[in-house]
Amino acid sequence: MLDHTPVAVMERHALRINPAKTCQPIGALYAASGLHRCLPHSHGSQGCCSYHRSHLTRHFREPVMASSSSFTEGASVFGGASNLVQALGTIFSTYGPDVVAVHTTCLSETIGDDIPSIIARAREEGAIPDGKHVIHASTPSYSGSHVTGFAAMAAGMVNYFAEEPTSSRRRKDGRTRVNIVPGFVEPSDMREVRRIAELMNLTPTVLPDTSGVLDAPATGTYEFYPKGGVTVDELRGLGRAVATVALGPQASRAAAVAVENRCYVPREILDLPIGIAATDRFVGVLRRRAAYEVPGELLDERGQLVDLMADARQHLHGKKVAIFGDPDHVVAMAEFVADLGMRPVHILTGTPGKSFEKRVGTLLAGRSPDANVRSRGDLFLLHQWMKNDPVDLLIGTSYGKHLARAEDVPFVRYGWPILDRFGHSYFPSVGYRGGLRLMEKILDALLDRRDRDAPDEEFELIL
Amino acid sequence: MARILKAREGQVTRSRISVDGAPDLDCDRRSVAGSVSQRACTFCGSRVVLYPIADALHLVHGPVGCAVYTWDIRGALSSGPQLHRLSFSTDLRERHVVFGGEQQLEASLVELIARHRPNAAFVYATCIVGVIGDDVDAVCRAVSGRTGIPVIPVRSEGFRGSKRDGYSAACRALESLVGTAPTDGVTAHSVNLLGDFNLAGEIWIIRDYLERLGVQVVANLTGDGRVADIRRAHGAALNLVQCSGSTVGLAEHLRERYGQPYLRVSYFGFEDMAEALYGVARHFKDPQMMLRAREIVAEGITEAMPVIRAVRPDLEGKRAAIYVGGAFKAVSLVRALRTLGMRTVMVGSQTGTAEDYRTLTALCDPGTVVVDDSNPLELASFLVEEDVDLFVGGVKERPVAYKLGVAFCDHNHERKIALEGFVGMANFAKEVHASVTSPVWQLTPRRRREPSPSPLPGAVR
Repeated sequence: MLDHTPVAVMERHALRINPAKTCQPIGALYAASGLHRCLPHSHGSQGCCSYHRSHLTRHFREPVMASSSSFTEGASVFGGASNLVQALGTIFSTYGPDVVAVHTTCLSETIGDDIPSIIARAREEGAIPDGKHVIHASTPSYSGSHVTGFAAMAAGMVNYFAEEPTSSRRRKDGRTRVNIVPGFVEPSDMREVRRIAELMNLTPTVLPDTSGVLDAPATGTYEFYPKGGVTVDELRGLGRAVATVALGPQASRAAAVAVENRCYVPREILDLPIGIAATDRFVGVLRRRAAYEVPGELLDERGQLVDLMADARQHLHGKKVAIFGDPDHVVAMAEFVADLGMRPVHILTGTPGKSFEKRVGTLLAGRSPDANVRSRGDLFLLHQWMKNDPVDLLIGTSYGKHLARAEDVPFVRYGWPILDRFGHSYFPSVGYRGGLRLMEKILDALLDRRDRDAPDEEFELIL
Repeated sequence: MARILKAREGQVTRSRISVDGAPDLDCDRRSVAGSVSQRACTFCGSRVVLYPIADALHLVHGPVGCAVYTWDIRGALSSGPQLHRLSFSTDLRERHVVFGGEQQLEASLVELIARHRPNAAFVYATCIVGVIGDDVDAVCRAVSGRTGIPVIPVRSEGFRGSKRDGYSAACRALESLVGTAPTDGVTAHSVNLLGDFNLAGEIWIIRDYLERLGVQVVANLTGDGRVADIRRAHGAALNLVQCSGSTVGLAEHLRERYGQPYLRVSYFGFEDMAEALYGVARHFKDPQMMLRAREIVAEGITEAMPVIRAVRPDLEGKRAAIYVGGAFKAVSLVRALRTLGMRTVMVGSQTGTAEDYRTLTALCDPGTVVVDDSNPLELASFLVEEDVDLFVGGVKERPVAYKLGVAFCDHNHERKIALEGFVGMANFAKEVHASVTSPVWQLTPRRRREPSPSPLPGAVR
């Protein structure tokens, strides 16, 4: 299938081949799923909504709900205001959400629909019942990527709900509140950052929080609104936290900035806590904000990760790795594999933004001096890089499987989307325990390959 | 009855409840704005139909998303080139929205055609292209002139309508290709296969039957399709049209333009597969061909029957629900499920026509729920109310079924086993049986109360 890829790399300006990103609205839809009793709404053609739901369902293997303004030719000429007003009426009367989170599309942005004024009109016309909320984020598909769409909707939640604190910032039980924007990560990851924060004696508000929504248990009943998700009350109380910790700048910075602007809660922008160093930095910030010593339980988890890093060191040392996916994921993973003694040589994201290259450079600090690093890249370019400088391991989303097969390289699925494997939404990649799991996946891939390729006499029981 | 949107009441009925029969289903209308529809858009319809043409270049002109969501998502297998499985997008950015994307489109086409040497190129217009006013036709004409291959614009802006409108846009694109090459070597007993996308290699099964029948297949439209075949498709004596929704428009056009008759067929289930082969033999008025058709049918059923017999006792009397893209497929499914001893208690589609629904209503047992353009809430309540054992649907329906503890069979893009032909019926039987009798359903509340055919060891009830 990838026989066509030429080795010689040439600059392309006009064309994306095998993208390493997708459009903003799907990220907004995913973020809105992490708001309790919220129905995400796509203000555009019917296909957008259908594609996003299918794509998210393929990854999470869960029902994904969203409604659409179902644009017609008329709406594309005269604007989609009446579609949205009608849609809001339909949504509240039929699906009964507490919140509708509207995101725009390339179509509605280009025709210039002004969402806040349409929402105001819908409220005047009685389409929005009292006590119900409609929020929005501007997510044209021709800007950013699914990651920035997630960031925009997370910030939208803050902008619509966060209030200046009127009461004390300290809880009665003495625990300190902290806000955590977890990034475009699995429900399991959101659960794990909450657990770590609680171990640090903090009371976290995780926003958004898709745990309990997109990893909901099978109970024999179909819950249109599963029990998970950050609540409106929690969002109102964001101002009572001592800090907002943004995990992964591209997906989470905007929301943390919004909390700071509205509620004067300081922000801490960190990398996704993937691998040992980034998790150390995350725990370090929590420790400082909580003024609480790291408990033995967390220290033991860290110790186990260090232990495994030592045990498996010889199998990892010097291995060349290609990593692609979302910028926050890739930055953190590049640092982790370098900490494992491996050499990240091709590092690519499809999401635009030069801060990616800069951050990778800072974190690798000369440990992989000739590495190819690129934002706004695509998998065609990555394939060319891999042909020119072959690697021992590829780490990325399911879209890497064609590359892995074409170049016969061991492959670890990591990031979003994963369309051809199961279980990823249940096990975290973040934190020290997430580090253990990632190491197990990396080592399995490398050692399975070693076993596969070993001549009979070197096919050994003990490695 | 399930919670149904007021404005949708005309889109749900029950078969033969009253003596006079139910009124025609109010279908083929736009979804109510704000509903959680399972439907897609014009672009989706066009992409689904054209994408399997394997030696063509498929370039999506628009922001990156539309290209990503249709990248290698169907197992539309090709026996040769794999060019259709790559994702090409002009990845329009804000500056193109302001200044236009025509240059971007032209540069992309020129680069790709030079590198991949495709036999044709399809350029899909997305929503935004229609709004910013790029002259896609002019760019296509210019590039076609420079490169010497057909470069075909597909008017698939998402807001133009539903998936059905996308099918029409795809048919228009195909029409411009048919009739552009000589028909030397096309025999009197020849057909084109329309509306089969070769999921899991299904078109190869059908081609094999036709070859054994003594019929030449000129062009596949579009599963495992090739540009050169499609260009000479007008030479065939007959068009076989499956999946009526997507390509019947093309068949109509070919009949008017070239006098080619067409036959609507389905390859799902014993009855419909057999009828398709008999129909071809009848058309060519060849008694020898009819004899061969009977042989193929007899042989196919004989091979498949042991599987049916083996699974039927476990499936007898089980209740099935169907929600698929096109209603024509639903008709075959109702019959195929009957072959397995199962009863269809709910059937619906995203894009069925009034005629489709009349056929379904007449075919199904009295009281069967018939529904057009449904949504997950409705579907879930039907599954519960009708106490369904098996749901046949697509990607968005699957997790809803599983949450309720209902078995599922994918009859859409993501099926990995061939369901067409006699062998397909055996595969379908195995798939349905595996899903319905899976031990996992014993762990869900609904089924725990019932005696199970194969209880889990140590299960507590």
